[in-house]
Amino acid sequence: MRIKALTKRILRQIVRDKRTLGMLIFAPIIVLTMLHLVFNGESYIPKVGLVDIPDSLSANMDFSDAEVTTYDNARDAEVDLATQKIDGYITIADGNPSIYLEGSDPTVNGETLRWIQSTFANLQESHQQKLDITYLHGSTDMGQFDFFGPVLLGFFVFFFVFIIAGVSFIRERTTGTLERLLSTPLRKWEIVTGYVLGFGIVTMIQSTIIAAYTIYVLDMMMEGSFFYLLVIILALSFTALTLGILISSFANNELQMIQFIPIIVVPQVFFSGLFNLETISDWLSWIGPVTPLYYAAEALRDVMVRGYGWNEIYMEIFVLLGFSILFMILNILALRKYRKI
Amino acid sequence: MDNICVRVKDVTKQFGKHVVLKNINLDIMEGEIFGLLGPSGAGKTTLVKELSGLDIATSGENTVLGQKMPELKTINRIGYMAQSDALYKDLSANENLQFFSSLYGLKGKKQKERIQVVMELVDLTNHLNKLVSDYSGGMKRRLSLAIALLHEPELLILDEPTVGIDPVLRKRIWNAFYQLNKKGTTIIVTTHVMDEAEKCDRLGLMRDGSLIAVGTPDELKQSTNSSSIEEAFLVYGGEVNED
Repeated sequence: MRIKALTKRILRQIVRDKRTLGMLIFAPIIVLTMLHLVFNGESYIPKVGLVDIPDSLSANMDFSDAEVTTYDNARDAEVDLATQKIDGYITIADGNPSIYLEGSDPTVNGETLRWIQSTFANLQESHQQKLDITYLHGSTDMGQFDFFGPVLLGFFVFFFVFIIAGVSFIRERTTGTLERLLSTPLRKWEIVTGYVLGFGIVTMIQSTIIAAYTIYVLDMMMEGSFFYLLVIILALSFTALTLGILISSFANNELQMIQFIPIIVVPQVFFSGLFNLETISDWLSWIGPVTPLYYAAEALRDVMVRGYGWNEIYMEIFVLLGFSILFMILNILALRKYRKI
Repeated sequence: MDNICVRVKDVTKQFGKHVVLKNINLDIMEGEIFGLLGPSGAGKTTLVKELSGLDIATSGENTVLGQKMPELKTINRIGYMAQSDALYKDLSANENLQFFSSLYGLKGKKQKERIQVVMELVDLTNHLNKLVSDYSGGMKRRLSLAIALLHEPELLILDEPTVGIDPVLRKRIWNAFYQLNKKGTTIIVTTHVMDEAEKCDRLGLMRDGSLIAVGTPDELKQSTNSSSIEEAFLVYGGEVNED
């Protein structure tokens, strides 16, 4: 009854605050759309120069994925390379091919090298049998966005729930309403539960919309069931919510709450699988397993990319719920500052 | 009238090394309007917070309505109005009242009835559906009072209820207090306004965390040969000035 009253009040406040409601839903949609466009854009076409390549060789080359210029001598190629008209050139000296790269952009370097290597490899292996490649998960169509997507989806839900729950709890403290609540027979765990339910309902709606948008509009890879996706996101948002409220106990105003973003939220992105975790230096690698996003990202990838079901994700869900319960208990303890019973 | 409503026994409160309340002893009777008078920083708010269950004494004991505080069931019988208006500004007055009354377990018809009654008492019936952010300072103060009255508390604890309110409105709020008091509600009011103190049945004068005198306004004036509470306060206050 008292929890219901609190939940109802929180929902009323959120619905009334149209701007925050808009931010909860449209901000992640806009950012995910932009990322989709960035990652799934056209692939780079390298501009390559060929210096003194015998016609017998160049006739068999596949020029379709690159802009190729032929030069008679290396000096002309050198000049064009310096003015960035070409990204690199190949020359054959004493029977050995050498490659020169402009070199200032790693992405361009990579694409240029890849083209050159695959072109020369094709020349040599044209008579051999083609390799037959089978994917256990994913496919040739899988882009970077499909790989990053699940992590980003989790991150945005986490980020916005963390901020909004934290700030609204700070407001409750600074306006004196928290003290007022505690002068009623409301129990401390009832306050925390009311908050979790109120914001839980909002995040449920928010994440359904965002997930549906990324999957059905942005066409993100989705092999598993939408239901499991929602279960993971809900578990993650409980964690974000309880952590946000807990962290807000250490902030005196909204600005100080914002200051926790680079400390609490942003590092989680680095350790959640957006970047390969095995290459992280050893003295930092322990951070991943203590961040909630790490587990959510893993579970989301299991469902969205690998098409797994409950048996593969339940551990991650339990860890997330464990985090939430831990944060809730700490919240109740933190509230003792305001009332001892 | 002779039953003890609140008993403060040897209460001391310390925040770290800072002593906020020094060995307070005080009995407040059922059905009286008791005023705690003193300058800001005297410890009035700390004392009433302890009585309303929000804080606990470092040593000593607070007994309210026969129960040692803090205790949740007793909190249910107390109405508390804080110094700042603790209202949800993005909600309407009615929504604020609905929310707080649900916390006290009021629902349905009973809830509606109580909201009507308390809003009439503070003369805000016409502004029931207005957003609190559109309320003036005085209206917010009265709405806070209305919320404290929702669950028909036996003891009403009001922390500076009329601070920043004009004399006309102050008189109106005091009329509401008298009405409640007539029905048997015990009221504890903190104030630093001297003329307001005259309206209380009995007064406790506080200074630097000590209760320096207790009595009816007349008693306090007579025993110090003063013509006003203000003078009386200065006489009592002078004695403890050296610490």
